[in-house]
Amino acid sequence: MKIIISNSSSTPIYEQIKNAVITQIMSDELSEGDSIPSIRSLAQDIKISVMTIKKAYDELEKEGYIKSVQGKGTFVAPKNTGLAREQANKEIEQYISKIIEISSKFNISKNEIIDLFDYLYGSDEK
Amino acid sequence: MKNIIEVSNLIKKYDSNFQLGKIDIEIPSGCIIGLIGENGAGKTTFIKSLLNIISIGNAKIKIFGKDINKYESEIKEEIGVVLDNMFFPEILTTADVNTIMKEAYKKWDEDLFYKYLEDFSIPKNQKIKILSKGMRKKLEIATALSHKPKLLILDEPTSGLDPVVRNEILDIFMNFIQDEEHSIILSTHITSDLEHIADKIIFIDNGKIVFDKYRDELLDNYGILKCDLDKFENIQKEDIVRYKKNKYNYEILVENKTKMIKKYKDYIIDKITIDELMVLIIKGEEI
Repeated sequence: MKIIISNSSSTPIYEQIKNAVITQIMSDELSEGDSIPSIRSLAQDIKISVMTIKKAYDELEKEGYIKSVQGKGTFVAPKNTGLAREQANKEIEQYISKIIEISSKFNISKNEIIDLFDYLYGSDEK
Repeated sequence: MKNIIEVSNLIKKYDSNFQLGKIDIEIPSGCIIGLIGENGAGKTTFIKSLLNIISIGNAKIKIFGKDINKYESEIKEEIGVVLDNMFFPEILTTADVNTIMKEAYKKWDEDLFYKYLEDFSIPKNQKIKILSKGMRKKLEIATALSHKPKLLILDEPTSGLDPVVRNEILDIFMNFIQDEEHSIILSTHITSDLEHIADKIIFIDNGKIVFDKYRDELLDNYGILKCDLDKFENIQKEDIVRYKKNKYNYEILVENKTKMIKKYKDYIIDKITIDELMVLIIKGEEI
């Protein structure tokens, strides 16, 4: 597992830990059943308070990314692609709203945007 | 989570104008608790009360669920203590410390003590007066750990030490709390040491507890809004927890940082350090 904590980032530390784990699950660097460090040992290794790590782990578990098994440890849960897609969709929606906002400010028509989209998408399509 | 310490109705008056308390507090086990505050705010008095070193009057203090007045020696077997001043005479050697402590604690583990000395790179048979300040502190911590306590209480363990030694000491603490039943209470004014590793911060000012909060609740919640003198007027009064007027700008302590960043888009809102929080709460003004 890889975790890098930035002190200058405005993202709370528990969220940075959470994001690091999610990213690695989504990119298959961590896969189902892989064990992840216990709260206390991770706290020691990255010198972050136990409660902060616990908060990150609690949310990861609530959102279904990891599973803790009493007496055995914490493991990566089966990948829930539905949930991941839903989150990706939400993110895309945000960007599209931004596109609409900017284009309407400068009177750029929907068709122009679609053309631009096709152009960019096409050039990337393999 | 169980409470390792429960304090109620603690009031400590000295002849001078200083009064500690009234303090009522519960401290959960399995955590690192940081006690912060100005010099003379009452941190050491609080620690000494916990240890029953100074009389606690009518206060009720329970440690490990047991009354400190009734079970003092039993409780103290389970506590490791490091106070501000070295309690061993300088002419003793590290080996003498072992001989003395063996008599003092039933559970003293000689092998463990020498293992700590080795881990902390302290010579096994050396006069204390020859040891550097950092080594003496590590010797005290090794001594506090060698009877396998469940609770470590430390008054200013890192003050006057260089960053490398401080870092080593924080490592020792993180290692100690690998056991879920272990807890650490430490007072310090080097708050950067606590910034990451403390689970909970207790802020004492003028003998009173100003707050007792989890680290994340504090540092992710509070922020500092900075603005020039004209823009200060545009900030709603209820958003100002404390403010400090400087010559060229204002520093404003705000709560609910994420919300404030959205609300005051044209302002700079920085994350806060424990130091800044402490200064703004002590020196800042309320509206």
